[in-house]
Amino acid sequence: MSETIRDRHRATRLQTLWREKAVRAVLFFCGALSLLTTLGIVLVLFFETFAFFQEVSFAQFFLDTQWTPLFSTKRFGIWPLVAGTVLVSLIAVLVAMPIGLLSAIYLSEYAADKTRNVIKPILEILAGIPSVVYGYFALTVVTPFLQTIIPSLSGFNALSPGIVMGIMIIPMISSLSEDAMYAVPKSLRDGAYALGSSRLQVSLRVVFPAAFSGISAACILAVSRAIGETMIVAIAAGLQPTLTVSPLVPIETMTAYIVQVSLGDTPHGTLEYKTIFAVGTMLFLFTFALNLISNSLSKRYREIYE
Amino acid sequence: MTKNMKNKMIPALLAITLSSSAFLPALYAADPIIKIDGSSTVYPITEAVAEELQAVDRKTKVIVGISGTGGGFKKFCAGEIDIANASRPITAKEIALCAENKIEWMEIGIAYDGLAVVVNPKNNWVSAITIAELKKIWEPAAQEKIKQWSPVRSGWPKKEIHLFGPGADSGTFDFFTEVVVGKAKSSRGDFTASEDDNVLVQGISTDLSALGYFGLGYYEENKKRVKLVAVDAGNGPIFPSLKTVGDGTYPLSRPLFIYVSSKSLKKPEVNRFIAFYLENAPELSREVGYIPFPKEVQSAVDMRFNQRVAGSLYTGDGSVGKSFVSLLRGGK
Repeated sequence: MSETIRDRHRATRLQTLWREKAVRAVLFFCGALSLLTTLGIVLVLFFETFAFFQEVSFAQFFLDTQWTPLFSTKRFGIWPLVAGTVLVSLIAVLVAMPIGLLSAIYLSEYAADKTRNVIKPILEILAGIPSVVYGYFALTVVTPFLQTIIPSLSGFNALSPGIVMGIMIIPMISSLSEDAMYAVPKSLRDGAYALGSSRLQVSLRVVFPAAFSGISAACILAVSRAIGETMIVAIAAGLQPTLTVSPLVPIETMTAYIVQVSLGDTPHGTLEYKTIFAVGTMLFLFTFALNLISNSLSKRYREIYE
Repeated sequence: MTKNMKNKMIPALLAITLSSSAFLPALYAADPIIKIDGSSTVYPITEAVAEELQAVDRKTKVIVGISGTGGGFKKFCAGEIDIANASRPITAKEIALCAENKIEWMEIGIAYDGLAVVVNPKNNWVSAITIAELKKIWEPAAQEKIKQWSPVRSGWPKKEIHLFGPGADSGTFDFFTEVVVGKAKSSRGDFTASEDDNVLVQGISTDLSALGYFGLGYYEENKKRVKLVAVDAGNGPIFPSLKTVGDGTYPLSRPLFIYVSSKSLKKPEVNRFIAFYLENAPELSREVGYIPFPKEVQSAVDMRFNQRVAGSLYTGDGSVGKSFVSLLRGGK
């Protein structure tokens, strides 16, 4: 009798053990899968880029100022595409940073809980709008409107998609920064108030510095999102790789170039085809560098209040 | 490009919807589908013919893509499509590719096109342009030199010049560079290049300092959004019109083609489509803004098809060279 009970106990324990192992294996597989995917993408990127640089020298890629790989006179200077990307992202950040940070301060320090609970989700809806919608919004609404103010503005330009992209990344900055500021312990604020600080002083001199690591990480994530953004620029910024700082003329970003080539009929394995991997690697290095900076910033400025 | 995406997505979405609906496969399999791809210049005519055909014959589905002439031939010679739209004759390379894959084909002329050179409607300094000036703007060397209007002709403003043209896979691009620059595919590369002419229209119509070119059909469709420029090849400025393109006095005139694979032609629906195409091409090409062949040319084209003459009238260097009419007569 006691034998059977003990047997049964052992069986259940074995079963639990096996189940634990199975769950663990499945979880490990899921974790490994995303890691392997990332690794695979990076490997493909680098292999194709390596193949690209067998045919095109580094000097041609980094020292030329013309980008015309699809035409008979092939030039491989990456800078027009980099300049286009940086220009649009810069405009986006100039729009998103002030608005995003100020709304974060408002939501975290000024708004009543009720208002906050209404406004925050609404702001986050902005992030949920598909970027193709933003693209057509830039092309058919914002550009014509801007042309009434700046008549010399081209139909395709960096300004309009830059502004619209800025609107798109506002919630990223505001929401993440607000989380960081909201998490600052109440005791800090109370202390500052007790010393006679005004609300503005508390927000800007106490809460903002305390949450700085989170805020800077949010901003850099937003920049990295802007650099990688594709649809808006492919639709509204033009497809003309020009090395310019003017936001009024057609440009082409790295992402838009990749779209242009992959939508066309460039046969696999040709040099033209490999250019998109070289550009992709460049893009990857940009966002990777930004993520590293974001990480180190948030480590360096992390204030721990426990 | 954006429209291009849309156009490419529609068949894809259609395919997904069709294949995922449980009750449709039987219907799906029963419906004959004609697959066409290639030149975006020829697209409006083929699309018009397809619509007319589907109005009388509801069963047959026609899918028309716009990958550019070069893109279309790549698919055509891989046996992926039934018909290739082309705004230039097939090249020797493409002929070889088709032969490699054992694809036999027929070339059918469908209409004339006069390539339209256009600027923004608010542009008040350009009303005519010479071929030499176009060359000055578009040749590869211009990429370093011509950034503004002023060096092209004295009197033109010191404004930046923004160029719009079809991408490198386009037959219109091949033809324009051949006639203007002197060598097919030889062009500067810093312009807004798109296989989708609607993107070009959008760009030119919203950009004061724009200049661009595309098939006449897209001008007819967008008369109010862009301004047509007369082209001068030495005999004075000439606008493309029914008359000047038809008799070849407009310097940027050219024939348009469709290519049909002989294997597909054995399918009744494709055969019916081509017959319908020949019958309606004159009227429909005029409707969408191209220039129908004169009667005797059209009947020569019909005869060539009825006798199932395979192969191309051209030498295969991709150039139009000799006039279509003289080749047609010679080949009869």
